[in-house]
Amino acid sequence: MFNYNLYFEYIKNIYFYNEYLIYALSLVLVNLIFLLLSIAITTLLERKVMSSIQRRRGPNVVGLFGLLQPIADGLKLFLKEIIIPSHSNVFIFLFAPVFTFFTSIILWLVIPFGESVSLLDFSYSSLYLLAISSLGVYGIIFSGWSSNSKYAFLGGLRSAAQMISYEVTISFIFVTMIIMSSSFNLIDFVLAQEYVWFIFPLFPLYFIFMISALAETNRAPFDLPEAEAELVAGYNVEYSSIAFALFFLGEYSNIILMSGIASIFFWGGWLSPIGLAFLPSFFAFSIKVSIHVFIFIWVRASFPRYRYDQLMKLGWKTLIPITMIILYFYSFILLFI
Amino acid sequence: MKKILNENINSFYPMGNTYYYYNEYSNFFFYFFVLLGVSFLILALCYIITIKNPYNEKNSGYECGFDPFSDAREPFYVKFYLISILFIIFDVEVVFFFPWAISFKQLFFFGYYIMYIFIIILIIGFVYEWKKGSLDWD
Repeated sequence: MFNYNLYFEYIKNIYFYNEYLIYALSLVLVNLIFLLLSIAITTLLERKVMSSIQRRRGPNVVGLFGLLQPIADGLKLFLKEIIIPSHSNVFIFLFAPVFTFFTSIILWLVIPFGESVSLLDFSYSSLYLLAISSLGVYGIIFSGWSSNSKYAFLGGLRSAAQMISYEVTISFIFVTMIIMSSSFNLIDFVLAQEYVWFIFPLFPLYFIFMISALAETNRAPFDLPEAEAELVAGYNVEYSSIAFALFFLGEYSNIILMSGIASIFFWGGWLSPIGLAFLPSFFAFSIKVSIHVFIFIWVRASFPRYRYDQLMKLGWKTLIPITMIILYFYSFILLFI
Repeated sequence: MKKILNENINSFYPMGNTYYYYNEYSNFFFYFFVLLGVSFLILALCYIITIKNPYNEKNSGYECGFDPFSDAREPFYVKFYLISILFIIFDVEVVFFFPWAISFKQLFFFGYYIMYIFIIILIIGFVYEWKKGSLDWD
């Protein structure tokens, strides 16, 4: 016999579930649009800040003070031809930028933008961050290998070696954070800083984290894969049009993400400083992220590039031992608090 | 009275009271496929709308204006390979740190001593790598 009751229940749930899916879809798309907007603003900020440091004007023609410059650039990239080199592996070649972009935007799901403002809240979000960010290396390997160009191949190898070297340091910093807040959840990392931000007790670790973040995102002074004098443009030499733009978006998304992680770990995430508690929580977070993005640009304008052996020496012989010692030192102190 | 209560409960849970497998990870799969679809869609859309005019010179690999001399899949410096092996060892070591870190407040001194032994073993391996010169890059 057909159970009508169960059938109606099923229809009702389908209806509610669809409604819920539309809600979730709108959430993630709005998140994506604002992420892309912030990337556009970051590229403009980079050009403007660099030009101010070098005492020139920078982009000021398109729109008011050049504000529409990134949109014009994006539109131009979108309308260009995708060139596929004749000796490349076409499928991997086209998959690499998509993969890089995908891994860099999917990291944003767990970031707490403000007090109870985050797309996903699960208890292993810091492990999720580590896992997905190490997948990002594959996009670079794919692009370097499949282009079948010497520059792209060498750039991809260099970039991959650099990223995995500095990932160890970042993992040790994650472990320290987990000990300090005794949770895997990023939200608990922030809540543990309610009385004192971790920048004050853990300043050396913050310094190391910023250095590793620069190396992890292939930024100056560690932009060896893109060393113009040797390797033209690194692993994305052969890419044009939107395929290049996807790499570019992924890179800048990672820069903003690293700024976000730095502010969550050390600057108290969405927590406002004392006396400014009336501000909305996401406002405090965005101010902190903007400051870190500015630091990234400032460093690029100020420091000369490292040599590759110096880079590896810094990563393996200096930062990894120091982070291990710091981790063990702080855990020793925590035993007596 | 009981019916009203039930309706109120149902309004709290939009999924109804049947057994959906729903937890904090369920949304992740939805977001995962949406974002993957969006990333593919951007590339596909651009590929469809742009005008393509390929010819032999344009499609050859970039090598400073020359025709490419040889295939790019050449032997490369073995240090890259070594670095990736070292990375795997260190990453496994870091993975051993996570359970200790999360239960640090429960294990306390016991966990601290155990980790002391682990770190000594780790440092012995690290010093060996250092002395053998596998961390140097010449």
